[in-house]
Amino acid sequence: MSTILAATPFVGPGIEWFALSPLLALLAGALLILLVGSLTPPWKRGGYAAFTSLTALVAGVLAVIQWNRIDDNGAKTLVGGSVAFDKFTIFAIIAICIALLLTSLTSEDEVRASNEEGPEIFGLFMLAAVGAGVMVASNDLILLFLGLETMSLALYTLAAKERRNSEGQEAGLKYFILGGFSSAFFLYGIALIYGATSSTNVSIINKTLRGAVRADGNDVLLLVGIGLLLIGLGFKVSAVPFHVWSPDVYQGSPTPVTGFMASVGKVAAFAAFSRVFISGLIYRADDWRPAVWVIAVATLVVGSVLAVRQTNVKRMLAYSSISHAGFMLIGIEAAAHVASDDAANGVSAIAVYLLLYAVLVCGTFAVVTALAKDGGGTELKDFAGAARRRPALALGLTVLLLSQAGVPLTSGFVAKFGVIKAAVEVESYAIAIIAMLSAVIAAYLYLRIMVAVWLADSPEETEAPARLPFSLALSVALAVGFTLVVGIYPQWVLSLGDSLTVLIR
Amino acid sequence: MIAALIAEIKPNSTWYLVLAALLFAIGTLGVMVRRNALVLFMCIELMLNAVNLSFVALAKEMDDINGQAVVFFVLVVAAAEVVIGLGIVVAIMRKRVSASVDDLAELKG
Repeated sequence: MSTILAATPFVGPGIEWFALSPLLALLAGALLILLVGSLTPPWKRGGYAAFTSLTALVAGVLAVIQWNRIDDNGAKTLVGGSVAFDKFTIFAIIAICIALLLTSLTSEDEVRASNEEGPEIFGLFMLAAVGAGVMVASNDLILLFLGLETMSLALYTLAAKERRNSEGQEAGLKYFILGGFSSAFFLYGIALIYGATSSTNVSIINKTLRGAVRADGNDVLLLVGIGLLLIGLGFKVSAVPFHVWSPDVYQGSPTPVTGFMASVGKVAAFAAFSRVFISGLIYRADDWRPAVWVIAVATLVVGSVLAVRQTNVKRMLAYSSISHAGFMLIGIEAAAHVASDDAANGVSAIAVYLLLYAVLVCGTFAVVTALAKDGGGTELKDFAGAARRRPALALGLTVLLLSQAGVPLTSGFVAKFGVIKAAVEVESYAIAIIAMLSAVIAAYLYLRIMVAVWLADSPEETEAPARLPFSLALSVALAVGFTLVVGIYPQWVLSLGDSLTVLIR
Repeated sequence: MIAALIAEIKPNSTWYLVLAALLFAIGTLGVMVRRNALVLFMCIELMLNAVNLSFVALAKEMDDINGQAVVFFVLVVAAAEVVIGLGIVVAIMRKRVSASVDDLAELKG
């Protein structure tokens, strides 16, 4: 007994707190707003949103500092190898911080108007951002699962946050059940990969598979595990055929929340997808690349074709986000062609796509929030003639939608061009052609919204609309400005992207 | 005779892996065919616990403690998930009579 106690004293891994500071800042913000907010009387106008924006800014600045530290000292893994500290992680965390900033600006007015002002909603936004940050940083499948659940549980609650809104309740329950279902698949995949490689650490899985003989006895475990991971992550990124939840959930959730789950959820899930598949399972790329190819093509086609017959704007945007997921899957497929430790342009294309998409989708849903405030709904007919009431907002929406369609001189073009270029570089021409065709079909969807806003007559003459809340206007202006700046001067984003082609192993 | 045969049988970790796979399949089937929200939760919990059983069996086979430690994380996550899920169901049940998910059909297209 005494020998056992004396034999191995527990030594924990060293933790570099400063390197983790962006995540810690978000977590501290979430806990502070919940604790202090519940002990003090309601804060003055917009206090909660201002605090959330400030937290997002602080975390973003800390992430930029970490980026410079990686420039000086190189990438590495932290906390016993379970956290990946490389530029890809930092880039994705910055995208999450920007999405959090835009969302908190967008929801400030919405939360106050729906008479549920309090710290909880913003605390949940920050908790979801922490979970997303952990997901993009995790180099261990179990840590990835914990981050995924932290983010998802916060998002389920946010989707169902409006107690008197039965559509929101329905969206919350659907999101919860399908989310839990997919998490179970994901976890089972982790278990089987653990069984095949005797580790859950992505770097160790990579090394184990590098040396493994292909006709190994454990191959069944490994292949089934990869398949289950693919299903679990496919649900999270709403890839076809695992997309059925997303139109319902996007339509039913409160609009700023929809923007948040579309941007942050997709950034986190795709960053994790890249980390696990490109970094961990790259030596089995020949086994899973065809599956990703099929899913990508199905996602592109279904996302753009089914969008055509929708009549609700949020539902249309849900299908548009499915089609965006297809484009990001092209990046993964392209990166899977590049063997071993070489730089994979697919990885940087995905990262750039994620950043640009996060801003784009937050901005679009901010405009939808503003327009729905006037018209009272998000059906396409509610938007008819909106340009007459709010010309500036309609102009912003037009820029954002053109960007989502991938028109040159906007950020969407830069993003889509990046993934298609990566695909062409590795000679997967078929998928590149399918992607371009589906982009043409998807453009019809965005044109329908624009036609409704600019050309359709509004049903009756309404009085001059109320002034737009400052924070909402700021959020839209930031998103539109970013979209145009990146579209016209894409070089700086692309050069940032070029520096993150290699994931740490 | 039968007692002797039974004594011959020594369950090994493969048995537990197969059992876990069966439990997971039952849970999956349950989520697909059942219509009551509470039963759906139970099926998801069954799936998570089937995964726990696989983790323990695999860890035992490989003589590796990490797989067993994972189970604690999963248990905590499952508990948190129930809290959120039941909260949403209670909020819905206040406005409706049943917990059947078929009644939730406002969103479609």
